[in-house]
Amino acid sequence: MNAKTMTTHPTSGTPDPAPAHDSRQGIAPGASPSAVDTLIIGGGVVGMSVAYGLAREGDRVRLLDEGDIAFRAARGNFGLVWIQGKGHDRPAYARWSMGSARQWPAFAAELAGRTGIDVELDQPGGLSLCLSEQELAQRTATMQGLRARFGDDYPFEVLDAAQVRELVPQVGPEVVGAIHGPLDGHANPLRVLHALVQAFGQLGGQLVPGVTVQAIEQRAGTFRVRCGDTVHEAARLVLTAGLGNATMAPWVGLRAPVQPNRGQIIVTERVQPFLRHPTLTVRQTGEGVVQIGDSKEDVGFDDGTTLQQLARIAARAERCFPLLRGVQIVRSWGALRVMSPDGYPIYEASTESPGAFVVTCHSGITLAAQHAGPLARWIRGGEPPHDIAGFGAARFDDAGERSHVPAH
Amino acid sequence: MFRRIEGAATGPRVTIEVDGRAIPAHEGASLALTLMEAGAMPLRHTAVSGSPRAPLCLMGVCFECLVQVNEQPNVQACMVGVRDGMRVWLQHGARALEAAS
Repeated sequence: MNAKTMTTHPTSGTPDPAPAHDSRQGIAPGASPSAVDTLIIGGGVVGMSVAYGLAREGDRVRLLDEGDIAFRAARGNFGLVWIQGKGHDRPAYARWSMGSARQWPAFAAELAGRTGIDVELDQPGGLSLCLSEQELAQRTATMQGLRARFGDDYPFEVLDAAQVRELVPQVGPEVVGAIHGPLDGHANPLRVLHALVQAFGQLGGQLVPGVTVQAIEQRAGTFRVRCGDTVHEAARLVLTAGLGNATMAPWVGLRAPVQPNRGQIIVTERVQPFLRHPTLTVRQTGEGVVQIGDSKEDVGFDDGTTLQQLARIAARAERCFPLLRGVQIVRSWGALRVMSPDGYPIYEASTESPGAFVVTCHSGITLAAQHAGPLARWIRGGEPPHDIAGFGAARFDDAGERSHVPAH
Repeated sequence: MFRRIEGAATGPRVTIEVDGRAIPAHEGASLALTLMEAGAMPLRHTAVSGSPRAPLCLMGVCFECLVQVNEQPNVQACMVGVRDGMRVWLQHGARALEAAS
């Protein structure tokens, strides 16, 4: 979300006053569409998952979405449904993610049944390819640590060079081994978003695109959200605005100290299928495109691309799969991950403004099934899912001062 | 189906190979037009649905005239001039990872 937009409204004949970001000033009366049960701010894959889940449970939901000036991680991401390596210092996150991966097949079938859209979900097991013994040893140690914390039933396998080739004969000679995660898979993230929007609409959900939220207040148990001349009202409010949550959460007594982290992605021309198993950095889509992404950069709100990173990404992909050498690149882009200080989601209900929730995470595709199911039922008043108990922003109070101190 | 306009400027007569068949052509002429004139229709089948296609815009925009030229798949035939001995393969579905030769 872009924080400030000064607009002139032809209907009022006078310039709009400065947006009232401080909700204590009160929101002036405006045109009010009919009240709904829940207002959701942010129509990425996280917001749409929650919106769809609430509408499916019977809520009247209105989703306010910004225009294309928004950063839209949901339209730039890699599309993995990924488990391996996640939650290495927080087993609850591993369980939460695994729960989503296990619900995904039914979730995809449900979306297809409602909308006819095939989200191209495939969960054949994923690979982290390693190009050196040191890399393989590091990844193995991380996974063993995870299993030690999680329990013996944490599923993964360390593959040696021969075993990798059995699974994926096309890997290059430099690949020395891999971690195999049996629950890992991928989907087409744009189709996921499309299907969620369609299904939400079919359930009577109202999607209001192209609006910027300027102020939020709660009065007599009703949230009032101002977008230009319009004031939207509901008893419940869910913030799912990605990086925009950082600005809006404090308006309703919540915190979302999220920061952008850039990833760059390359897509190639369509080629005949050669890679069924998604890897952490290279996957082939259902339509034959090879998607390559392999960068993490702290560059603020710059969602551009750099030749240096793209060249590095392409070079590593070619070492993993030498047959990509002659394949043409058709597009590349940068997108901003929504990262909390520890990389884990923030799920919190406001105590200061009861009925307000913040939901933000990095893995919107992986977690979509949880967000549409258990999380939506919690927001509607159900019991909080056991695994999200530690994901309030209060955890940053303890860690905040020490966050720059090395762990060892 | 397609016929060259009488008197249109042409280069020297040469021969190209399309799917292994010798086709008369003019040096420097548009490869897409040459293939259309030779009756290579449909020119290709798409990568995802396999639907039949023919060149449309002839100016580098629509990507409907993709063919393999020598070692390189997915070349826009409308943006390539004919060279003597050029080897062309029509594409049916997504390109292979190892180019035909």
